[in-house]
Amino acid sequence: MLNISGTQINFLKVRVITFILSAILICLSIGAFFVNGLNFGIDFKGGTLIEIETSQEIEISGLRDNLNTLELGDVQVQEFGSSKNLLIRVEQQLGGDQVQQDVVQIVKESLGSYLSTDINFRRTEVVGPKVSGELIQSGAIAIFVAVFAMLVYIWFRFEWQFSLGAVLALVHDVILTIGVFCITQLEFNLPIIAAILTIVGYSMNDTVVVYDRVRENLRKYRSKEITDLLNLSINDTLSRTIVTSVTTLLALLSLFIFGGEVIKGFTFAMIWGVVVGTYSSIFVAAPLLRYLDVKREWNTTSAVDSTR
Amino acid sequence: MLYFSNLKTFSVLSVIIITLFFAVPNFFSKDQINSFPNFIPKQQVNLGLDLQGGSHLLLEVDTEEIIKERVENLNADVRRVLKKNNLNYSNFKVSNESLKFVVEGFNSEIQKEISELSMSNSQNILAMGDQTNLIITQEENTIQINFTEEFIKQSVSNAVAQSLEIVRRRIDELGTREPSIQRQGSSRIIIQLPGIDDPDRIKSLLGQTAKLTFQLVDTSVNFDPFNPSKAPIGSEILASDADEEFKYIVKKRIMVGGENLVDAQPGFDPQTNEPIVSFRFDRIGATKFGRVTQQNVGKPFAIVLDNKVISAPVIREAILGGSGQISGGFDSEEANDLAILLRAGALPAPLIILEERSVGPDLGADSIEAGQFAAIIGFIAVIIFMIFVYRYFGLLADIALIINLFMVLGVLSLFQATLTLPGIAGIILTIGMAVDANVLIFERVREEIRNGSNMMNAVENGYKRALSTILDANITTLIAAIILFFMASGPVRGFSITLAIGIFTSVFTAFTFTRLLISLNAKRLKPNFVGLSKNA
Repeated sequence: MLNISGTQINFLKVRVITFILSAILICLSIGAFFVNGLNFGIDFKGGTLIEIETSQEIEISGLRDNLNTLELGDVQVQEFGSSKNLLIRVEQQLGGDQVQQDVVQIVKESLGSYLSTDINFRRTEVVGPKVSGELIQSGAIAIFVAVFAMLVYIWFRFEWQFSLGAVLALVHDVILTIGVFCITQLEFNLPIIAAILTIVGYSMNDTVVVYDRVRENLRKYRSKEITDLLNLSINDTLSRTIVTSVTTLLALLSLFIFGGEVIKGFTFAMIWGVVVGTYSSIFVAAPLLRYLDVKREWNTTSAVDSTR
Repeated sequence: MLYFSNLKTFSVLSVIIITLFFAVPNFFSKDQINSFPNFIPKQQVNLGLDLQGGSHLLLEVDTEEIIKERVENLNADVRRVLKKNNLNYSNFKVSNESLKFVVEGFNSEIQKEISELSMSNSQNILAMGDQTNLIITQEENTIQINFTEEFIKQSVSNAVAQSLEIVRRRIDELGTREPSIQRQGSSRIIIQLPGIDDPDRIKSLLGQTAKLTFQLVDTSVNFDPFNPSKAPIGSEILASDADEEFKYIVKKRIMVGGENLVDAQPGFDPQTNEPIVSFRFDRIGATKFGRVTQQNVGKPFAIVLDNKVISAPVIREAILGGSGQISGGFDSEEANDLAILLRAGALPAPLIILEERSVGPDLGADSIEAGQFAAIIGFIAVIIFMIFVYRYFGLLADIALIINLFMVLGVLSLFQATLTLPGIAGIILTIGMAVDANVLIFERVREEIRNGSNMMNAVENGYKRALSTILDANITTLIAAIILFFMASGPVRGFSITLAIGIFTSVFTAFTFTRLLISLNAKRLKPNFVGLSKNA
C-alpha cells in the first residue's frame, strides 16, 4: 500500500542546491543550443525522407555510398527499428520548391537498380523550403503563445507573483527540453513541438496544483513563516504529484517501448518533459514564491475562494 | 455533494451511454456494421492518412505568373492605344507589376481609352461597380501605369478558385477514392488522397498547366530546326515536345485554344494503331478552326501544349466538322493522361508542389497495431498502480478510466474527428493523465480522514475542495491543446484533438461517474477503501 501522505520533507532547505542545479542545466542547454544546435528534421530543414522496408537485410554503408553518387548533396541512410527498415534522408536541393520533387524519383530509381530485393516504400515525405520556413516559425510562435497564455491565466486566477513563478518554471522546462535535444542530437521535428506544448500544459498543471494549495494555506495560516508554508504546501500535494507523474510516465513508457519508431522522438520528449515538469513544480516553481513577496491578505470571501 | 437525485443519476448515465453507443461501430468490421439495424450508429473513427495510408500534397498557385500575364496583356493594350493615336513612346519599361514609358501628348482622352480597353479585357475579374483597375500617374512626360491592389488581389483569388476547380476535375477523372481538395490561405491547395501511397501520376498530372493551342506554322522564313534564327515579329520559336533540340517557328496568333474543347478521348488510330487523342470543339471553336483551315490548305499548323509542339501536321483539307485528333508519338497511358488534362481544362497558372507526405498502407497498419498494443499495456499498468495506491477507490477510478477511454472513442466517432498517430499518443497520454482528477479528489479525502473527519464527510469535502484545483489544472492543459490545434496541421492536429477530448471526458467522469459510484456505496465506505490503513 503506497501512502506518501503526511510527509514533512524540507524541500526549501535544498533550494540553493536545486536552483544551482537548474541554473547549470539551463546554461548547458543554452550552450548546447549554440554549440551543437538542434538537429532539425525535414519538417524544419526541408528535404526528402523515404522509409523503405526490404525483404532481405541490406548493407547500409554500400547503399549510402551508392546514393551519395547521385549528386543530391548529403544523403543519410540509417536503420529504423529493424535491419530491414531503412530511413533515407536527402538534404534540401538548391533551386526552390519545384526541384525538391525530382529527388524522390531519382532515389527510387536508384534504389530499384541497386538493390536486388523487393522494396516496400513505407513513407515518403518531401518538404520544400517555403513550408519548412513557415513550420519553424509557427512552431516557435505556438510555444511563445502557450507560455504567454499560461502567464495570463495564472495571473487572473492567482496573483502576478504566482504567474511569474509559474512562467519561470515553465521557461525552465522548455529550455531543458530543447537542451536535451541539442545534447542528444535527436531529430527535432514537428511532433516535438507538440510534445513541448503538452509539456507546457502538463508542467503548468502540476504547478497549479501546488500553487492552489499555497494559496489555500496562505488563507488558513496567516502568520506562518512563508518558507514553512511553502514546505507544507509541497508536502500536502506531494502524494498527488507523484501518483499523477507515475501514471503518466507508465502510459508514456508503454508508448515509448511498444508504440513504434515513428513516434519515439515525441514520446521521449514527453517523458523528459514530465520528469522535468514534476521536478520544476516542486523545486523551482514553489520555492520561487519565497522570493516573490506573495500577498498574505487574501479576501476569504472572494469568488476564487475554494476553501469554504 | 454525494447526494444524487434520480434525475441527476439518469442524466449522467444517459450521457455516458449515448457516448459509448457511438463508440460501438469501432469494434466491428465494415460488413458487420452494414448489417446492423438502423438505430445503431455506423460511423467509425475517421483515420488520418498516416494511419490508413495515403498521400497529402500541398500545392501553391504560382501567383507571380498570373500577375506577369496580366502585365503582359496590359503591355499589349497600352501599345495598341498609343499606336492608334500615333504617339511615339520611348524608354518603355515593363517591370514586375507596372509599366513605365515616356511619351509626348498623353492626355486624359488617351488615359480613358487605355482604362476602358483594360477594363473590357478583365470584365470577369472585377466586382460589379468597380470603376477602374488601373492607377495611371503622370509626371511631365513620364507615365507609369499600375494595377490597383484590389484588381491584383481579385485576379489571384480568381485564378486560385479556378485552379481548385481544375485540380478537382483532374483528380476526379482518375477515379481516386474519396479525395479531399481544399483551399488553404490565399493561394494554396491541400489535396488528401486516401489509399494512394505513390502519387507520381497525380503529381505529373498536376504539374502541367495543359494549355493547348492551335497555331499556324510560320512558313514565310527559311528556317533550320536545329539552329533557329531570330523569329520575325508576330512569330515565336517553340521546341518540339519529343525532341528539345528540334524547333518550330509558329505564328503567335492563336487559331483556337483549349478552352473551346468540349471533349477529348484517348484511342487508337485505325490505320497505324498508334495511340491518339481525339477531340471535339464547341460551336465557336469549330467555326474558327473551319475558317482557318479552309484558308490555309496545304500549310502546316502546330498543336502546342504548354509551349511545346506536340505535332505539326499539314492541313490537307478544310476541317469543318469541329473534331480532330492529335497523335505525337505518345504511348497509351500518355494519351489517356492528355485526354484527362484536355477534358479538365488548363490551369490559369502553374502549380508548385510545396510539400508531399505519403504513407504506405503497411506502415499505417503497423502504427495502429503498435498504438493499440502500447495503449493496452499502458492501460493495464495504470490500472494496477491505481489499485495498489488507492485500493477500492482506485478500482472506481479504473472503471471510470475504462469508461473514459470509450467515451473518447465515441466522441471521435460522433464528430468524425480524424484520428492520427499522434492522436493515438494523445489517447495514451490521456490514460495516464485522466486519473489525475480522481487522484486529486482521493488525496483530499485521505487528508480529511487524517484530520479526523468521518468517511462520509471526508468524501463530501474531498470533492468540494478538489473542484477548483481540478478545473485550474485541466484548463492549463486545455489551453495548450487549443493553441496546438490552431497552430498545427495534419497529424499533429489530431493529437490536440484527442488531448482536448480526453480532458473533457476525464473531468466529466471524475465529477459525475466516480462520484456516482461512491455515492451508491456511501453507507459502506471505510477508510481503507481509499488506501489508508485504519490507524492512519
